[in-house]
Amino acid sequence: MLQEVVYCGICSYPPEYCEFSGKLKRCKVWLSENDTELYAKLYGNEIDEEVANAANKLGSSSIGEAREEKLEKDLLRLQAKQENREQRELAKKLSSKVVIKREARTKRKFIVAISGLEVFEIDMKKLAKTFASKFATGCSVSKNAEKKDEIVIQGDVLEEVEKYIHSLLEEKGLKNVKLEIIDSQKKKKKPTDEANSNNNNNNNNK
Amino acid sequence: MFKKFSKEDIHSRSKVKSSIQRTLKSKLVSQYPQLEEVIDELIPKKSQIELIKCEDKIQLYTVDGEVYFFQKFDELIPSLKFVHKFPQAYPTIQVDRGAIKFVLSGANIMCPGLTSVGGKLPDAPGFEKDSFVIINAENKENALAIGKLMMSTEEIKSINKGHGVEMIHHLGDPLWDFNLD
Repeated sequence: MLQEVVYCGICSYPPEYCEFSGKLKRCKVWLSENDTELYAKLYGNEIDEEVANAANKLGSSSIGEAREEKLEKDLLRLQAKQENREQRELAKKLSSKVVIKREARTKRKFIVAISGLEVFEIDMKKLAKTFASKFATGCSVSKNAEKKDEIVIQGDVLEEVEKYIHSLLEEKGLKNVKLEIIDSQKKKKKPTDEANSNNNNNNNNK
Repeated sequence: MFKKFSKEDIHSRSKVKSSIQRTLKSKLVSQYPQLEEVIDELIPKKSQIELIKCEDKIQLYTVDGEVYFFQKFDELIPSLKFVHKFPQAYPTIQVDRGAIKFVLSGANIMCPGLTSVGGKLPDAPGFEKDSFVIINAENKENALAIGKLMMSTEEIKSINKGHGVEMIHHLGDPLWDFNLD
């Protein structure tokens, strides 16, 4: 009785609307992998029947050849635009970096602050919640000096966080993203650690 | 209506009592009588409807994290995913192929797109002004938008100019991509 509609895994539309999403190429790949039947129905055997297909399309469309052509052109342009945008975004993602910082609070207490995650479409609040339960500690999202969101974890969990974020990014297919670790407490670090140098880190520097 | 919509617009979430759930369902059926035979399949008795109150007095009703219908004033409007499951039950109009692109980017639907060869409007008496319609497209099976008639379908036919249907919800808008977690 009820209809089951397949939704494209790329653009989330029903596959018949993929051509309007601007991601047609990837949609096609997805559909051919996931639902060959529907793929054949929608796109036919394009390689040897492209011409026939085009004629078919024109025949079944009511808006006339000229407008159909224009539409096709517009769609192509949209697609190119979308692709460019995606490329740009990917480049941006690859070039940006995640900063994990360990700061000292009082005596032997530390917090770890992570910033630069928002580029990767990660839900900060949710991640904060995960960290809180993973490390059994307080964790929240707050604004840092540059008015950007950062996750603040209470406790000295620098290494664990680093590992976790590595695996998180890997899952997203972004293995080459740089992780910058700033640790104001290590002795070997160069003295260029600006912000935290005035904190009371005398203990370790002795 | 959903041009801009995000999680920040959510004010509260609450579970709907089963008695209210029942009235909701009967209200849906009274609005769309053909839903009667499948309503228990669409929304099983045991399912838990959740009410999400949002900015601008918009209320979303979700089941299992998926928006099934929403409400701005009195009338319940089904979401597209809900429509796709049983499209026969709703008043439907059709736009031609040239209009799809604009509809998917959220434009109101212009009369010529409905009256041209590819478009389809019901025969007289048609639908009243201000009623909600499902918008289908030429050569496509599934609905691509939900709109509110800005003039009656007969008027659309005779005037054939300007905005005909106000856009409420379309494929790819923030409500379509809406995800509870």
